[in-house]
Amino acid sequence: MAILVFVESAEGKIKKTSIEAVAYAHALGGPVTAIALGAVEKAELEALGKYGAQKVLHVADERLSQGIIQAYATVLEKALQDESADLLVLANSSLGTPVAARVATKIGASLASNVVELPKTDGGFVVKRSIYTGKAFAWVELKNQKKVIALRKNAADIKEVGSPAQVTPYSVTLGDADFATKITSSEKATGEVLLPEANIVVSGGRGMKGPEHWGILEELAKTLHAATGCSKPVSDMGWRPHHEHVGQTGVKVAPQLYIAVGISGAIQHLAGVNSSKYIVVINKDPEAPFFKAADYGIVGDAFEIIPKLTEAIKAAK
Amino acid sequence: MKILVCITHVPDTTSKINFTDNNTKFDTTGVQFIIGPYDDYALARAIELKDAIAGTTVTVLNVGPADTEPTLRKGLAIGADDAIRVNAEPTDSFFVASQIAAIAKETPYDLILMGRESIDYNSGVVHGIVAELLGIPSISPVMKLDLDGTKAKLAREIEGGKEYLEVSLPFVAGCQEPIAEWKIPNMRGIMSARTKPLKVVEPKAVDSGVKLQKFELPPPKGSVKMIPADNVPELVNLLKNEAKVL
Ligand SMILES: Cc1cc2nc3c(=O)[nH]c(=O)nc-3n(C[C@H](O)[C@H](O)[C@H](O)COP(=O)(O)OP(=O)(O)OC[C@H]3O[C@@H](n4cnc5c(N)ncnc54)[C@H](O)[C@@H]3O)c2cc1C
Ligand SMILES: Nc1ncnc2c1ncn2[C@@H]1O[C@H](COP(=O)(O)O)[C@@H](O)[C@H]1O
Repeated sequence: MAILVFVESAEGKIKKTSIEAVAYAHALGGPVTAIALGAVEKAELEALGKYGAQKVLHVADERLSQGIIQAYATVLEKALQDESADLLVLANSSLGTPVAARVATKIGASLASNVVELPKTDGGFVVKRSIYTGKAFAWVELKNQKKVIALRKNAADIKEVGSPAQVTPYSVTLGDADFATKITSSEKATGEVLLPEANIVVSGGRGMKGPEHWGILEELAKTLHAATGCSKPVSDMGWRPHHEHVGQTGVKVAPQLYIAVGISGAIQHLAGVNSSKYIVVINKDPEAPFFKAADYGIVGDAFEIIPKLTEAIKAAK
Repeated sequence: MKILVCITHVPDTTSKINFTDNNTKFDTTGVQFIIGPYDDYALARAIELKDAIAGTTVTVLNVGPADTEPTLRKGLAIGADDAIRVNAEPTDSFFVASQIAAIAKETPYDLILMGRESIDYNSGVVHGIVAELLGIPSISPVMKLDLDGTKAKLAREIEGGKEYLEVSLPFVAGCQEPIAEWKIPNMRGIMSARTKPLKVVEPKAVDSGVKLQKFELPPPKGSVKMIPADNVPELVNLLKNEAKVL
């Protein structure tokens, strides 16, 4: 089955979750065509070949350097047709999922988002989705010939399986309707590790007492090359930006390691972190519910433990 | 102006999730149902717009069986003018979206507000499908929505930041905080909700491309290893040599 993978980029670089999407498509058997839109570095595009893309299409249209949902859906619909691909794979992201919804509707495809692993293909095509905000899974059969799946982080392992691919310029005629929404400006955290992509997350709660105390968490995060996160009250009070808020009503993370400092572990917070591989909890209250969801725990005062932890990590390097 | 708000009827965020019938049915025993938290933000913003713009009406819509009616009544108590229930199990996103689109084709709305995602299916796709079926723009997740006549200014969350957008009515938005503050119904709202119209319509047939096979619960978490506060380097040792994540 020919597969098209939509790869997202930020500041010219392909996102890790999109490389996972290429790896996922490769593991399914391919042949795999990757497509990127807007300004992306050439070497980044070529490198997709190493992860399993036989072919890389690039739409260099400057207008597509911004993630305009309708325009992207139009491009992908055409590319699926030109490549005779029956399956579109992309990352479950703030852009990927809305685009997946529109493309699937355009082409009459079976759609599944929040997919967490490779499908079962003995007798049908059955995917595993995360539901109830990480508290359960559903196995869902995608019955139509055409399929669109949006992958959650860590749904596939990235492996080098090939050599750099040739990049083919590609273009699609877009109309006014495709640009009905206009992006007037954006604010992006630059140079930081992005929370949804991070392998390690250092997260702080109300136990940190105030925004002026975040320095020790940032220092720890920097040492670990980690992203910083927080609990909902912390972003509600404006101690940290909204996009760092983890949980049921915030970002759902799936890092290798989640370090929770001064967070009680309310069920709504846990809903955003229960896909983490390992969880470390640091809390001065031995009864904090978070310890029940943790792999490692320290009962103690964050203001004493965190600087020591940063030192110990530096020493172990 | 006419606003449609699509709300889900979902287990309270503190619910324990269990399944029955050989892992094919959600176990409602002891579960309290609420308006989806993101849908609640959408509804709160709709009520604010109704209060600000004269002649605005807000309709709440749910695709679900009769036991979702208390959730629709709560929407009415919060301030919606009328409610519609499409009498069907919300089996999958495409089915649900097709029902919503059918209603919106019959009665055009200037603005369709939803949550960024439901907290049972977590699909985040119903708004996109509805918008595509109606041929109008969809924007999600929306953190801010202001109207100026038929033009709207929005802020959308993206990974690690925000994007500001402009679009003309009509469109579909998937909402999240801090678009508005959740509203709690007051006594007057609860009383008046009882007599506000709630229309039940039968679903239209839709050929869905997906079929649920079974549910699964994650494996139980092993017990936590506690490290004494005076031995922080031991934590680093375990992360490095046992968990192998450093
Ligand atoms: C519908 C709904 C959705 C929600 N969604 C989310 C969500 O997405 N994300 C989220 O996080 N919350 C969410 N919440 C809120 C959630 O219920 C909790 O209120 C919140 O997670 C608590 O945040 P916290 O742990 O930072 O604060 P607290 O519960 O106040 O906990 C602070 C912790 O810090 C510890 N502490 C204090 N001082 C120190 C110190 N010096 N050193 C170490 N530890 C210390 C305390 O022992 C305590 O355990 C939601 C709630 C509802 C109703
Ligand atoms: N059964 C339903 N009835 C009404 N609206 C729904 C229903 N299911 C989903 N929605 C709306 O679509 C949004 C996104 O849902 P989902 O795509 O399931 O994550 C929700 O926040 C609701 O606003």
